[in-house]
Amino acid sequence: MAAKLTPPVNERDHIQGSSHAPLELVEYGDYQCPHCGAAHPVVKAIVKRFGKNLRFVFRNFPLAEVHQYAEAAAMAAEAAARQGMFWPMHDMIYEQQSRLNVGALLTFAEELDLDMVAFEHDLTNPSVAQKVEADFESGVRSGVNGTPSFFINGLKYNGGYDYDSLAGTLESLISERQHR
Amino acid sequence: MLQKNETAPDFQLYATPDQTFALHELRGKNVILAFYPADWSPVCGDQMSLYNEMLKIFRKYNAEVVGISVDGKWCHAAYRQARNLHFTLLADFEPKGEVARKYGVYDEKNGQCERALFVLDGNGIIQWSYLSPVGINPGADGILEALESITQKNNVYGSEVNTAG
Repeated sequence: MAAKLTPPVNERDHIQGSSHAPLELVEYGDYQCPHCGAAHPVVKAIVKRFGKNLRFVFRNFPLAEVHQYAEAAAMAAEAAARQGMFWPMHDMIYEQQSRLNVGALLTFAEELDLDMVAFEHDLTNPSVAQKVEADFESGVRSGVNGTPSFFINGLKYNGGYDYDSLAGTLESLISERQHR
Repeated sequence: MLQKNETAPDFQLYATPDQTFALHELRGKNVILAFYPADWSPVCGDQMSLYNEMLKIFRKYNAEVVGISVDGKWCHAAYRQARNLHFTLLADFEPKGEVARKYGVYDEKNGQCERALFVLDGNGIIQWSYLSPVGINPGADGILEALESITQKNNVYGSEVNTAG
């Protein structure tokens, strides 16, 4: 089966790094998934290591029936995005994953100095929910079968998500390019 | 393993401890039959959990997903409850694996179903089938592609009928 990122990265995505970067890493993640929590510092280290050679994109894949707060957390990150604060909220949720609940999400928003009236409104805003659903649907179309799932330059990555495996794969793609 | 354009054999199995389910009850709807080795094993958990999150998407395609394994009806009941599953799990329990055999996806050696997917159209005709390596969650991209092509075919057929009429 194809396992190609569908649709490709576009203007609706949250993108870290340059659009001209030769490497593109996309993660489908669930904010309450412990494996995604474990992958978070790894991704941070990868983003740092590859610098301007990499852009990182996060798409929501909440398994809401298994993880009670996954949906709310995804909504919180998207609500923060409406105030230009997607990545700070994204990081805060993963860094404090063990205390995740609805109250904690409000505390995070306060700590990030968000406009709380707008934030709370967006937590249940159908168009924010639509973004989360669209991310999920793009994930299943792309062949995501669990979280975290990664795509490198548009193709599903089936290796481990420890630092060495990810960095090694990205490294070899860069050297391939250089040798072409 | 049964292939595209073959008629899906009808069957009747327990869906809950006191209710049976027959395939023909879903005539008129697209059906996803997901044979899987066992309740509780980690990969299946992920696979069934994934479909559980997708019920809304399947509904858009007028499709119902049904899981089938050789686990007994009480086992399924406990499993559905533990994982919050909102779709039917069928017990291919007595005679063991009979339905899986009809579809050509029974693993004799391990005494369980293979991990296999069938997508049927509203007439009960197989439109897509896929055998997955037993340890790998096949995801749902293939299912969605199959449902999409059924929907497109129906639309074309529908417009022909309209033109003729």
